[in-house]
Amino acid sequence: MKRRDFVQLTGLGAGALLLPSTMMGNSIPAEALLSPGMDIVVKKRMADVALNTAKSMGATYADARIGRYLNQYVFTREDKVQNVVNTESFGIGIRVIANGTWGFASTNSVTEDGIKKATEQAVAIAKANSKFQKEPVKLAPVIGQGEVSWKTAVKKDFKDVPVSEKVDLLLRANSAALQNGANFVNSALFMVNEQKYFASTDGSYIDQDIHRIWPTFGVTAVDQGAGKFKTRQAMSAPMGMGYEYMDGLDSEKLDGAAGLKLYRNSYDMVEDATIAAQQAKEMLNAKSVDPGKYDLVLEPNHLGLTIHESVGHPTELDRVLGYEANYAGTSFATMDKWKSGDFKYGSDIVNIVADKTQPGSLGAVGYDDEGVKCKKWDIIRNGILVNYQAIRDQVNMIDQNESHGCCYAQSWNDVQFQRMPNISLEAGKDPYSIDQMIKDVEKGIYIAGRGSYSIDQQRYNFQFGGTVFYEIKNGEIVGMLNDVAYQSNTQEFWNSCVKICDQNDYRLFGSFFDGKGQPSQISAVSHGSSTSRFNDINVINTGRTI
Amino acid sequence: MAIYTENEARRIMEKALSFSTADACEINLSGSESGNIRYARNSVSTSGHRSNQTLVVQSNFGKRSGTATIDEFDDESLKRVVARAEELAKLSPENPEFMEPLGPQSYDSSVSFVQATADIAPEYRAEVANSSIAPAMAKDVTAAGFLNDSSSFSAMLNSNGLFAYNKETNANFTVTMRTNDGTGSGWVTRDYNDIAKFDAAEASKIAIDKAVMSREAKAIEPGKYTVILEPSAAQGLLNGLQYALDARQADEGRSFMSKEGGNKMGDKIVDERVNIWSDPLHPDAPTATWNGAGQPLKKTIWIENGVVKNLAYSRYWAEQKGVDPLPSPSNFIMAGGDASLDELIKSTKKGILVTRLWYIRSVDPQTLLYTGLTRDGTFYIENGAIKHPVKNFRFNESPIIMLNNLETLGEQARVDGNLIPYMKIRDFTFTSLSDAV
Repeated sequence: MKRRDFVQLTGLGAGALLLPSTMMGNSIPAEALLSPGMDIVVKKRMADVALNTAKSMGATYADARIGRYLNQYVFTREDKVQNVVNTESFGIGIRVIANGTWGFASTNSVTEDGIKKATEQAVAIAKANSKFQKEPVKLAPVIGQGEVSWKTAVKKDFKDVPVSEKVDLLLRANSAALQNGANFVNSALFMVNEQKYFASTDGSYIDQDIHRIWPTFGVTAVDQGAGKFKTRQAMSAPMGMGYEYMDGLDSEKLDGAAGLKLYRNSYDMVEDATIAAQQAKEMLNAKSVDPGKYDLVLEPNHLGLTIHESVGHPTELDRVLGYEANYAGTSFATMDKWKSGDFKYGSDIVNIVADKTQPGSLGAVGYDDEGVKCKKWDIIRNGILVNYQAIRDQVNMIDQNESHGCCYAQSWNDVQFQRMPNISLEAGKDPYSIDQMIKDVEKGIYIAGRGSYSIDQQRYNFQFGGTVFYEIKNGEIVGMLNDVAYQSNTQEFWNSCVKICDQNDYRLFGSFFDGKGQPSQISAVSHGSSTSRFNDINVINTGRTI
Repeated sequence: MAIYTENEARRIMEKALSFSTADACEINLSGSESGNIRYARNSVSTSGHRSNQTLVVQSNFGKRSGTATIDEFDDESLKRVVARAEELAKLSPENPEFMEPLGPQSYDSSVSFVQATADIAPEYRAEVANSSIAPAMAKDVTAAGFLNDSSSFSAMLNSNGLFAYNKETNANFTVTMRTNDGTGSGWVTRDYNDIAKFDAAEASKIAIDKAVMSREAKAIEPGKYTVILEPSAAQGLLNGLQYALDARQADEGRSFMSKEGGNKMGDKIVDERVNIWSDPLHPDAPTATWNGAGQPLKKTIWIENGVVKNLAYSRYWAEQKGVDPLPSPSNFIMAGGDASLDELIKSTKKGILVTRLWYIRSVDPQTLLYTGLTRDGTFYIENGAIKHPVKNFRFNESPIIMLNNLETLGEQARVDGNLIPYMKIRDFTFTSLSDAV
């Protein structure tokens, strides 16, 4: 992925935060976010223009997505508002099958003429590309849904909340960090509303209203004398929720080990910023880790990223088949391993599910971007690889005839393709708390929050850092650690999973800007888990003297 | 066509500016036409074309500013977008770091636009795909590649009399070749302003040869090795150095370039043979001659004989520090040597040849430590010759340590708009093995 495709925003921690430029759209005033957009009756008529035009030109299948994408981003540093961005993007994407080949075109002219032209272009592209097609597209059957709708169950629509309230909250969090010893703080609030209308020649007309939110910050403490600085990131998770996520309800707070405050479905940004500043200062003088083998106790806001990279990506069927070979790579989880029925991806207690329906998650929708009703399915059951993530034109390759419903496009302007659903580790079945888990560890490290992450192109070898690290000795947390990263091999790692806390500890981690494809598209996805223990993992010391 | 001439762009922006009632107003107009083709499993998977134009208005009342964007340029639309920007400015809090728009500037004429690239047609892209797929199939190899070409313009006009215009073309190509038994993989990248310099068949052959050569890789122990980094591999780590050249982050104490009481300007940080500069007029890697703030871009030396000569100062930070502003580099040019890749290999007693580094992520911004993996062609060298392919490694390394451990500089090549030499480095740190092919 090239940096020039991204808008660079400074300072949210270790590296600059890079936003895909495609996320920006046209700037609009905040009030304009509230305008209702095109009436659903008109949307249906416009979609039918595309479907009828495609059929009249010989297409055997067509779908149309009329999308209105609304974004609001707020950026601050210390006591300053750096930027408030409101954007809107509106248009239609039309996908067809002609001569057994896909064609796609899009336009921001959502009029009969504009749609006809785009549809003609999509059919022409399909026919031109059919010269290179080796095998015709085989679509798994879908029953037409008729006219249906789905909405994220938000309690507070971010569009109804004044910008000043959002700015106030970020500045209060910044102030709390500065008062507690931080030298610098950058904070941001990302809010997204996708208003999507999907229609297909299968007889589906699906209207969806999808919301996502992500508050985040980076708090930096500097020791000028020692020439050192440390940044502590937020313990929030991006969520498929409304602005109610910012309420900071006590009932949704959990106590982690080492006095950490952790958050489930409600986030207290001011409290987290306060603790972050204290921890950033503590990090400046924390002990540098002794490299070696440790039992790792991984908190869900950390483990989610490990799940994402080491289970989510390798079980995407397009990667397994080689369609992503030139960019993200292929996968070690090859078809022969899956077909064997006994490929031991993890230990017996490892159960990993794909789920596009989980409330509050980033991936939750009623229907995917090719009109398939969303569902939940197993990826790993009792440690065995049992399925992949696949869409309508892929499931025939794994001898299945029902799409998994995980097709997505980042906007009306981009063609939809297979994207990762929420991929989550099931909680342990027996009652088991984080305190009990720490007590049972003799020599270990407790890791919370996301950090540096890197994994190879077939998803064997990975290295992960974290936000905060604590040393565990003989069942007790004895202090903070610095310079920690663990390296492992995906299969060895998941087979070393010996304990998983129960449902009381279960939370979602999220990735708001997951990239895939060429040209690259982003998507948002959650990963649930409870704190889990992995035995005998190789920990390296990342400290260097220059 | 989304590409406006200088006069067309000026006319639209002057019209928009005429509607401004703000204390200051700055208008940016840009557009691009791009086409791409993607192939995998020896078959074209997608192809597309994109066209877009955007006009951005930033209006200011005192230190309050608002920004609005539009993609329609009739008078009514222009009036609306200016009014929106002004509304937003009035509602915004004051930004204490706001800087007045610059006055008129003088810019060098850029050489970043080449008509041949702007003229690329879909048939050409299909032919590029075919130049990879046909030879791949003949060698029992599977090709997956991507070509994206674009022509674009950007223009800027403000109420203080600044006007800037630039046209640019770019073509980026990558292809990954994998042997059909799944044990070998090779890769190549090419990028140009001028597509006439691109030979898809020549590039594809390199990737095919590497795929075939890298079959049945042997595992060797991780540890510190002498490495020959191809320019793509070196670029992955030098990126980290490029982004560390910001004076403000350094002065604030939160960068590798920080030191007690200020920054590392004037300090020797790497081997004295390291010379790095940026030059928007370099014929092999040209860029626009002005940046998004309207500042002229000139040839600038960043590292000279291993010493930090310059750090980038934004206009705001320069004013705080009482120095001249200096824009960030628009490209990165590192001086090379005369040695060809063959000569670098011949002079190596024991080492590893690295085609590329992948999934590079920051581990510690304090030391610019990065981790990542080798990929698509990693070979063991002994007594001046490639002996056999080796399994991929994970590395943990800093570009600063790497450039202090410099053995030999080789010829330069263009990578992602930069010019980077082949380089031989001693004691490069590999920390574990990967089974990935």
